Amino acid sequence: MAVLTAPERRSPTPTPAKGRRVRGPRRTPPLVLAFVLVPLLVEAVWVFWPAVQGFYLALTKWDGVSPPQFVGLGNFREMAHDDVFRSAAGHTVLWLVLFGGLSAVLGLAAALLLQQERRGVGFYRAALFLPVVFSLVATALVWQAIYQPDGVLNQLLQSVGLGSLRHAWLADQDTALYAVIVPALWRQIGYVMVLYLAGLKGIDPALYEAAKVDGAGAWQRLRHVTLPQLRSVNAVVLSVIVIDSLRSFDVVWSLTRGGPYHSSELLSTYMYSTAFQSLRLGYGSALAVVIFVLAFGVICSYLVRAFREAD
Amino acid sequence: MSANSTALRRKRAATAGFHLGAGALAILWLLPIALVLVTSLRSFDDIAANGLGSWPHSFTLGNFHQAWVDGGQQRALINSLIVTIPCVLITLALAAMAAFALSRYELRFRRSLLLLMLGGNLLPPQILLIPVSKLSEVMGIFDTLPALVGVQIGFGVGFYVFVLHGFMRSIPTEIQQAAVVDGAGPWQIFWRIILPLTRPALAALSALSFTWIFNDLLWAITVLRSDTKMPITAALIGLQGQFVSMWNVIAAGSVIAAAPTVAVFLRFQRHFVAGLNLGAVK
Repeated sequence: MAVLTAPERRSPTPTPAKGRRVRGPRRTPPLVLAFVLVPLLVEAVWVFWPAVQGFYLALTKWDGVSPPQFVGLGNFREMAHDDVFRSAAGHTVLWLVLFGGLSAVLGLAAALLLQQERRGVGFYRAALFLPVVFSLVATALVWQAIYQPDGVLNQLLQSVGLGSLRHAWLADQDTALYAVIVPALWRQIGYVMVLYLAGLKGIDPALYEAAKVDGAGAWQRLRHVTLPQLRSVNAVVLSVIVIDSLRSFDVVWSLTRGGPYHSSELLSTYMYSTAFQSLRLGYGSALAVVIFVLAFGVICSYLVRAFREAD
Repeated sequence: MSANSTALRRKRAATAGFHLGAGALAILWLLPIALVLVTSLRSFDDIAANGLGSWPHSFTLGNFHQAWVDGGQQRALINSLIVTIPCVLITLALAAMAAFALSRYELRFRRSLLLLMLGGNLLPPQILLIPVSKLSEVMGIFDTLPALVGVQIGFGVGFYVFVLHGFMRSIPTEIQQAAVVDGAGPWQIFWRIILPLTRPALAALSALSFTWIFNDLLWAITVLRSDTKMPITAALIGLQGQFVSMWNVIAAGSVIAAAPTVAVFLRFQRHFVAGLNLGAVK
């Protein structure tokens, strides 16, 4: 895919030193150095330096006006007694399991259903994929209209004779979190499907033929050929959904703002409201550190894979 | 003969079953979108009288006018484009430069630099929100669009460097050596040889980054305060507060907010899907 054209002016000089990688001159031209340093500087200003500050602020008490006051691990001690924090952490784990698990399983199922090139399959794939391009805010508003007390879902339940199930889905503490997960899933499944479709395409058809000859049924072929072959894609999907789950903010913020009574609060929304609405910047930073710690393992494994790939 | 026809019949049944299943799934997925489109064209009185889920009894384009003018969506959409387009161009330019240097030259700490840049992009944004908002205050650009452009570029660039690096690394060295022998400098190699060969990846990443930046909410509400400067995502939340339960206007606003990314998707569908897969580290 990368090489589209032959080099225009190939000189007849033989390529030097077989087997050794030779990439350009030993001494790095200043322009090349600048090519690395300018983007690095931009990222340092907007990411690395703020990240360092973020970790420091987690150890302080700060209202944003007077200078930050160092309190050591005080913020983390406070978390132990903070009921909202505990429920937000619980919801975040639930979100990881439900949103992550379901989007992986359903995304794989959709990919398996739509893997074969046949008439009409492009349309079906596009339909499942279309929500991926919507912003989570627009997605949230669409679903809010569905969830309203006089909204489409309740009207639908009424019309099929299940009127007793009518519900203020987003205003009820028992259903708010689940009602928020559904739109997030609606948007994520198409994305995961695309990743799995590419993975399925990479499986050698000869493996299926061989399994068929050996008398393997459809289920056995899935279990013993497809799934083992998808191992590397599974690792990608796992990283993507863990990172996406911990970042999930927009959809919750637009639908419930974490309410009612923190019943759909995630760590990400709690962090935002603590920092920018309650103006407790030190405690908010400490919450962000907790999110970072949760993501740390996945980030590391992602980087290790990237390291191997970068040869 | 008869065995042949049973096989044929079974194949037909399987095909019908596939279309039934996949078709039902597609309809389920498109239903919410159809609902918004229909709602955005109905009048308020119609919805109030018949409910959101009923068949439409009216047709009006007034909702779009209301969202566009009274709801401030026009200004918000312009803000979004002012932020998104420079962000995409600058981010990809910077990323292509860094990826070129890291993939085509044996720099010291090559891999460490690459992973450092990627690692920055993988950080949960929450850890950066407070320092970034304070940083933009210190720089005197808090509550201005350049602050949003800056943070979007800084946060995004690492990921694109990584993807483009993988792509440029696969271009054969001989092409570059031939140019070096002919006396081409790094700039000519970058501009004349490597960049044109990287076009497919750049196209894919442009489509992808356009939607990501355009759809962002979190960075916008972190570095911006005034309603007049908010991009379309934040304005949509504002619209929801301004037109409480006027679902016709809110639906029209959602359609306006989604239209640019849907257009990019439909136009560059192939690039888009390729981009998502490029981004996945295998």
